[in-house]
Amino acid sequence: MLTIPLSSFLTLSALLFTLGAVGLFVARKNILTILMSIELMLLAVNINFVAFSVHQHNLTGQVFAMIVLTVAAAEAAIGLAILTTYFRNRGTIAVDDIAQMKG
Amino acid sequence: MISSLLFYLFAGVLLASATMVVAARNPVHAVLFLILCFFNAAGLFLLMGAEFLAFILMIVYVGAVAVLFLFVVMMLDINLRRMRQEFKRHLPLGGAVALILAAQLVLLAMAWKTDPKALSVPMATNGLDNTRALGGLLYTQYFYPFQVSGFILLVAMVGAITLTLRTRKGVLRQNVTRQLDRSVAEVLEIHKVPIGQGISDDPKP
Repeated sequence: MLTIPLSSFLTLSALLFTLGAVGLFVARKNILTILMSIELMLLAVNINFVAFSVHQHNLTGQVFAMIVLTVAAAEAAIGLAILTTYFRNRGTIAVDDIAQMKG
Repeated sequence: MISSLLFYLFAGVLLASATMVVAARNPVHAVLFLILCFFNAAGLFLLMGAEFLAFILMIVYVGAVAVLFLFVVMMLDINLRRMRQEFKRHLPLGGAVALILAAQLVLLAMAWKTDPKALSVPMATNGLDNTRALGGLLYTQYFYPFQVSGFILLVAMVGAITLTLRTRKGVLRQNVTRQLDRSVAEVLEIHKVPIGQGISDDPKP
């Protein structure tokens, strides 16, 4: 059984989530960094799920972590597809310029 | 002892590389640091005893998602200088939000307590290893969520293909149906050539 306390894992995942959030804030123009920050945040969530799952002796957390993983992969694929199409049409990926859908 | 040492190693490298993902100048480096992040997270999962998720993380994230990112980064021509300027401008706000968020989350993490009764319940694995137990759970109790996640992946695949597929005009393409539909009578004409006379293009009288 694990000797490391649950709170260390929770702290680690809190810090990782915060780093992802910082990435969202500081890289507003760079949609690639935004996507990578979202991946980091989802990874933090996954660490939390697995830590609780192991700590509480319940496998449901790991099942849910797998579903989070699926959603993360789908999100990355769709996000990058949109990014590629946008770049092909406009020649730039600066997010601030994307206001075509604004009413 | 050794496990806590490993924990601090993995956690330290994980946080450092996560910082580099956000702060790296070159997006290719950022993606490589993201891969390092996933490796260390997989190490942490292994440490916790979730082997299956550790390997899935390796296969799905390192093998597929990160490589996809790498592809896109190398395909696009990204203007880095403009993005660097943004970094400095948004750092104060981002830092403030980060401090508050981290403080709140860490406070929550520290204040956590579990009922000891919950901890005395053994893991419901029936003595199976992690992968077997997870598979048993996925295909019985969580069958519908599992199928739905598969469907999400299908939708994502179809969506990505439709988004990026482009039909160009003026390109000659192979039309397989038409090719296969051609019959011998349509394309071949058999002539009997008399000796010493040759053949002309005119149809026979």
